[in-house]
Amino acid sequence: MLDNSSYSFVLVGVGGQGTLLASNILTEVGLAAGFDAKKSEVHGMAQRGGSVLSHVRWDRERVHSPLVGVGEADVLLSFEKMEAIRFAELVRKGGTAVVNDMAVVPITVSSGKGIYPGDEHLPRLFGELGAKLLMVPGEKLALESGTIKAANVVLLGAVSRLLPLEEALWWQCLSQRIPAKFLDINQKAFALGRAAAAETVAG
Amino acid sequence: MRRILSGNEAIARGAWEAGVHLGAAYPGTPSTEILEELSRFPKVYCEWSTNEKVALDVAAGAAYAGYRALATMKHVGLNVAADSFFYASFTGAEAGLVVVSADDPAMHSSQNEQDNRRFAQFARVPCLDPSDSQECKDFTILGFELSERFDSPILLRTTTRINHSATPVELGERAEVAPKHVKFPRNPEKYVMVPGHARKRHPIVEQRTLDVAAWAETASINRIEWRDRKVGIITAGVAYQYAREVFPTASVLKLGMVFPTPAQLIRTFADGVERLVVMEELDPVLEEQVRLLGLACEGKSIFPICGELDPTLVRRVGAAAGLPVDHAPVEIPAIDKPELPARPPVLCAGCPHRAVFQLLSKKRVPVAGDIGCYSLGLLPPLAAIHTTGCMGAGIGVAHGAARAGIGERMVAVIGDSTFYHSGMAALANVAYNRSNVLTIILDNRTTAMTGHQPNPGTGVTLEQQPSDVIDIEPLVRSLGIKHAMTVDGYDVEGIEKAYIELMSHNEPAVLIARRPCVLLPEIRKQWVPLYVIADKCTGCGICFRIGCPAILKSTEMASGTQKPKALIDPSLCTGCEVCSQVCPFDAIPNRDQVRLAEEESHQSCSEPASERS
Ligand SMILES: Cc1ncc(C[n+]2csc(CCOP(=O)(O)OP(=O)(O)O)c2C)c(N)n1
Ligand code: SF4
Repeated sequence: MLDNSSYSFVLVGVGGQGTLLASNILTEVGLAAGFDAKKSEVHGMAQRGGSVLSHVRWDRERVHSPLVGVGEADVLLSFEKMEAIRFAELVRKGGTAVVNDMAVVPITVSSGKGIYPGDEHLPRLFGELGAKLLMVPGEKLALESGTIKAANVVLLGAVSRLLPLEEALWWQCLSQRIPAKFLDINQKAFALGRAAAAETVAG
Repeated sequence: MRRILSGNEAIARGAWEAGVHLGAAYPGTPSTEILEELSRFPKVYCEWSTNEKVALDVAAGAAYAGYRALATMKHVGLNVAADSFFYASFTGAEAGLVVVSADDPAMHSSQNEQDNRRFAQFARVPCLDPSDSQECKDFTILGFELSERFDSPILLRTTTRINHSATPVELGERAEVAPKHVKFPRNPEKYVMVPGHARKRHPIVEQRTLDVAAWAETASINRIEWRDRKVGIITAGVAYQYAREVFPTASVLKLGMVFPTPAQLIRTFADGVERLVVMEELDPVLEEQVRLLGLACEGKSIFPICGELDPTLVRRVGAAAGLPVDHAPVEIPAIDKPELPARPPVLCAGCPHRAVFQLLSKKRVPVAGDIGCYSLGLLPPLAAIHTTGCMGAGIGVAHGAARAGIGERMVAVIGDSTFYHSGMAALANVAYNRSNVLTIILDNRTTAMTGHQPNPGTGVTLEQQPSDVIDIEPLVRSLGIKHAMTVDGYDVEGIEKAYIELMSHNEPAVLIARRPCVLLPEIRKQWVPLYVIADKCTGCGICFRIGCPAILKSTEMASGTQKPKALIDPSLCTGCEVCSQVCPFDAIPNRDQVRLAEEESHQSCSEPASERS
């Protein structure tokens, strides 16, 4: 488990996957845990399917740059497998890539112009970078919890297990952002994500 | 109370706490959310104006009348509003007038890169440059105070990384500022800029700049942070954060106001350090000011002029220049990445612009485009746009080519919001100067590109009030354009028929393709995914040519052509039926057929739906 005076996270994914909610919650958790926190985002344009990139930083004293440097992210949280490869260099040596086991095929592939990379690249690349890889079946666990839409919360659950913060703190921030009638489902999703990460943390 | 706010939310909050009475804007990334947020507060009137110039005039009018006013825009918006920006600098106002320009270094979503601190210098408007959300709020409030104190508009200049980063902000209460007047001021010497009056105003404006510069010498927003004296960095905006991150031991002169600059403070700082470095994004605006004082410094010799700074880049070039970095640049092991397919923006599945571009692509006509989602008609396989400059440019460009005598019939395409923004005057020019340009107005009933804001064609305002719809076809006809037709944006055949009819006249013509954007909430509810009947698909590939992201190449090959059959991704398809209309083999049923087939299968299948897999 990490235990730092500062943390850097990078979240990547495709528009509509709920990365923005996740980065908001992550920022609020940092503040609630007594860190200074900053978040920076590039949303892309209005159309569906663009890539989304968020940086979140926490520091016990003060965060200056809202952006995480290349090779400096403690956690790279990727909502999509190919995006994890695209942004792999952001994770630091000894950091963790939490990767959702989900492919969103871009038009360049479906129109036959490009090839979607095989899964074998993930362990190899993060191995070469000296980072841990944690694959999380986000959609599958979200369905188990009650709705496929909670995949982002599953992934947050997994990230939470990597950090030395009270689980209750996460839950307090999550519950402020999630409508009351979906709380049960999301609590389950969060727990399943946390459990999925337990193994990596032990190893 | 402390809350995490984006820079945009913080500017809105600051304006509200400063007692602002009116906010006017035209949407544009990265500035859009400021007015959206401000419109949620009570006691302030907010509007989407038809363009940035109008927004600035509206704000100036309010400030003349004695009400604090805010106008916001993206960097290129200030190009549109430049004329107004200059007169407002000459006149000043009765109450605070703050103009926000959100610059977009790295062009995350813009057609160019420009440094609007230049506009501040150019128009002699004091300019504040915040470096986090707290400063966004504080500088907005300060902007109103300075505006009133010095009788000048204030430019609050931000960049994408400030607008779209979120950092903690201390919230305050609203200070009610009573409007100054009951009646509109009658002060022609100040507000009527005829030459005789303007000549008297100019020296006042120049003196004002000196007065603000004197204020800036001791203002707390300009501060020296003495640390090690070997290197001193003059910086502002987000670059300040990177300086603190990467050069933690260096002394820093942080400028909250970047025009006018405090000469004495800069001299004091320069005298106190051995090596003077100016670190700023984009243009060497501060560097030039330092050099004008006769001080030796480095700046663009170290940091790039194009694009944004980021900590990795700053550390790399800083280390190379021998500046005291926090740690050596991180060495990334050479990794062997597979070639990754790009994820380019494309017209959404079901986009109402697609059918028009399918036709233009087939007709191979020269098309002067404009700015909006429909700029994506540029991409293959549609590849149907040949120029795009700035908002409202397309119609004029097409007219110029036509009038110069080019041997092809010119077509211009423009979105509804862009038409109201700056297309109307260009179309009036086509009508008046009689070129045979065919203008196609892509009326998707919204300003889609920037996140679906209402516009004069939608019948609602930013404050969600009902309004009259400005109907495009009668408007066009009233310009004297006789050949104008409105068709359904999804009607492939109807669009082609109208096109042929309109092209048959050697006169100005307008085709309005109308159909709401498929991402509008009420339209999303009507999505019906279609499918391909594999047995009927011959692999002819015609449907691939419409460039719809929902149409995939199947792994199944058609027996005749030995080419891949088509397949529809049901999670993306909205049921616009454009593919179904272009398919020559009826292999894609339309909505009605899909519904009918569904009903039939329901009837033949008696178990309850939940028990079926
Ligand atoms: C002067 C200026 N203001 C604002 C923008 C930002 N912007 C880009 S496209 C667009 C509006 C597009 O709306 P519309 O013409 O209706 O096309 P749509 O995106 O709906 O297809 C805006 C506001 C800009 N590029 N330039
Ligand atoms: S957001 Fe609307 S207008 Fe823009 S590409 Fe998508 S469907 Fe078309």
